[in-house]
Amino acid sequence: MKYDVTIIGSGPGGYVAAIRCAQLGFKTALIEKYNTLGGTCLNVGCIPSKALLDSSEHFHNAAHNFKTHGINLNDLQLDLAQMIERKNGVVKVTCDGIDFLMKKNKIDVFKGLGSFIDKNTILVSGETEQKIETDKVIIATGSKPSTLPGIAIDKTRIITSTEALAMKEVPKHLIIIGGGVIGLELGSVYARLGAQVSVIEYTNTIIPTMDGTLGKELQRSLRKLGFTFYFNHKVKTATNAGSEVTVTAENEKGEEVSFTGDYCLVSVGRKPFTTGLNIESIGVKLDERGRIETDAHLETNVKGVYAIGDVVKGAMLAHKAEEEGVFVAEILAGQKPHINYNLIPGVVYTWPEVAGVGATEEELKKAGTKYKVGSFPMRALGRARASMDIDGLVKILADAETDEVLGVHMIGPRVADLIAEAVVAMEFRASAEDISRMSHAHPTYAEAVKEAALAATANRALHM
Amino acid sequence: MLKINVPTVGESISEVTIARWNKKTGDYVEMDELLCELESDKATFELNAEASGVLTTHGNEGDTIKVGDLIAEINTEAARPEGMAKPEAKAVSTKPADAPSTKKADEPAKTSYATGSAGPAAQKILAEKGISPAQVVGSGKDGRILKSDAVKAELKTTQNEQKSRVDRAEKMTSLRKTVSKRLLAAKNETAMLTTFNEALQQFPAVNAYLNGEEIIYHDYCDISIAVSAPKGLVVPVIRNAESMSLAEVESEVMRLAGKARDNKLSIEEMTGGTFTITNGGVFGSMLSTPIINPPQSAILGMHNIVERAVVQNGQIVIRPIMYVALSYDHRIIDGRESVGFLVKVKQCLENPALLLTQGTDLNKLLLGL
Repeated sequence: MKYDVTIIGSGPGGYVAAIRCAQLGFKTALIEKYNTLGGTCLNVGCIPSKALLDSSEHFHNAAHNFKTHGINLNDLQLDLAQMIERKNGVVKVTCDGIDFLMKKNKIDVFKGLGSFIDKNTILVSGETEQKIETDKVIIATGSKPSTLPGIAIDKTRIITSTEALAMKEVPKHLIIIGGGVIGLELGSVYARLGAQVSVIEYTNTIIPTMDGTLGKELQRSLRKLGFTFYFNHKVKTATNAGSEVTVTAENEKGEEVSFTGDYCLVSVGRKPFTTGLNIESIGVKLDERGRIETDAHLETNVKGVYAIGDVVKGAMLAHKAEEEGVFVAEILAGQKPHINYNLIPGVVYTWPEVAGVGATEEELKKAGTKYKVGSFPMRALGRARASMDIDGLVKILADAETDEVLGVHMIGPRVADLIAEAVVAMEFRASAEDISRMSHAHPTYAEAVKEAALAATANRALHM
Repeated sequence: MLKINVPTVGESISEVTIARWNKKTGDYVEMDELLCELESDKATFELNAEASGVLTTHGNEGDTIKVGDLIAEINTEAARPEGMAKPEAKAVSTKPADAPSTKKADEPAKTSYATGSAGPAAQKILAEKGISPAQVVGSGKDGRILKSDAVKAELKTTQNEQKSRVDRAEKMTSLRKTVSKRLLAAKNETAMLTTFNEALQQFPAVNAYLNGEEIIYHDYCDISIAVSAPKGLVVPVIRNAESMSLAEVESEVMRLAGKARDNKLSIEEMTGGTFTITNGGVFGSMLSTPIINPPQSAILGMHNIVERAVVQNGQIVIRPIMYVALSYDHRIIDGRESVGFLVKVKQCLENPALLLTQGTDLNKLLLGL
């Protein structure tokens, strides 16, 4: 079989690239080594974690907030098995959706491990072995959870996000190594279900790549939920002693401290995954962190071989991978697309949610940019009080001279959705005043964006 | 009372059909408001109010009327109905009396940090056209380049502006006039002769117009291409074909033909050709006499290629043969020029390398002669 484009890996980068290639008239093949399409995002990432986050949030509300709303439950019970089962159902429906999209777009799907024979021939090793001839290749093999030296993941008590999405019991004490997005989201799930959660973080803040205000605000909310944070701790070892795990670390004074719990979630980031691809044989270069090196067109040093998503540099986000999938497909079709990497939003699905786009305040300070800050708390909104979701704020950073919006950072209910307004505004280079002069429906959480924009324009928020 | 007549919408369109009235008799219309949609056999276009006032319509939806005929009248003296503020006046009147005297909002659009910056879609479109945002005037807020600006940038690229768009008008000589008159007497409108046999710039008359007593020569070649479209034959125009490569011409033909089939050609894209090519061969025609598309002076008809018995070196051999026909206005073009033109076309078709080397013999070029 001879294809115009073959894509290895069917995560959000790979399958979106396949659809766009098919739309552009390329004969397209998609290779996936697992039984279901969708990659990490759909199977063991974004989608299942959101399913558990939503379920556990309902449980948490039922246990703590319903009474205030005038709803009394006498014997609230957790059915974790059902919660996990529902999550599996969500994943299945979503994955089936990808199957449908592949059929609809007449994309040939090959199940098996894809590896290069040469740059135009891919061997797919599944139940059978077959060779695919192809003109162009897009590598979209994604990433895997990484770990620290001295810590062996045993997948029983010392686990990664994958195992944390299919627990048989709620941990009594969950020790989380790493205060990034994945650890905080999964920690939230089990904290809401009653677990004691300890986060051990190497730096001095959680979600360190996002604006500092968000980290501080989120810490406050998570502490209320029962999180304990240990900052500036360097984890040394994690030992599974059968029924419990002991984690040792060095604190900022250089003293050794130890933590004991029944599970330890290692969420120290993810590493690019290229195992089995045999890219060495065709000479594709990797950088010092194991990522595939690409040029401005996401083409590797081997002509006709491209790479997208977690396996290349940049934020490891599904929506970034999707943009890159579309980008490469259009490049192959001779178009001239562009990705504005500065405007790929970051999102965290804790409750309150966290989202940000553009420059953080720390980055602006470092760059010496003169900027103005406009901030507005969610608690001042009628909508927030009505729903009892009063934690959070919206912060807009604007250029001190031109008033152009340089960064928007938010924490609050559904801000992962709300951030889209900021992306649109910034893509069109809106000023803070522009946003403040657009009508925002009342009562909504979005009003916080307008008010923050008013505050940034000339410190003239209306409801503060 | 302002009379609105059906405007001239393109050459060879003499009548239009009223597709839809957007306003009716008695309506108060604002200047530039859409009055109705008109349809010719080739395209749909809109008629807007030339002034504000009360409208009287002439003709019903579905009626066919001639270009230049009265279609509507606007009584510009009629009073604006109450509650219908003048658009400009409205903006002023809604301004609160105690509005902060500060600044901005009410000032006209001006330049800012965002002037000339293109949004995501506009940016991609411009990149693909190879046009720098600096060459485009943005119509968005504070001069932002909108998608529509980027799309339009195609029609008036600076490249095209730099290309020759010069017309030369030359008085007809008295001999020409006589030839012209005689031929006109013989044939009523244009004098058509068809030469059978097989380079427009080498024969400028073929690319010229006759305008009264003047011959308008064009230094550019805007080639009309006859395309069969769902609504009938349309002739989109390839501008400045003389400065395009073969591949560029090909892609432009594909683009225009695609738009023609989707009925998306604008009037602008169909007017102003200086010469027409039609290919009856795709429908199986072996030989035909194409009709000139006035005011052009000539049209080239291509036909299908069939195998024919011909004599070469004293032998009867089978060779692919295509007939090529040039219909031309004998008032401008003499037989010598028309035959010369066809011979040039034949040479180019028989030896495509000539097209790629701009007419220089390939062997000479390669040998550096």
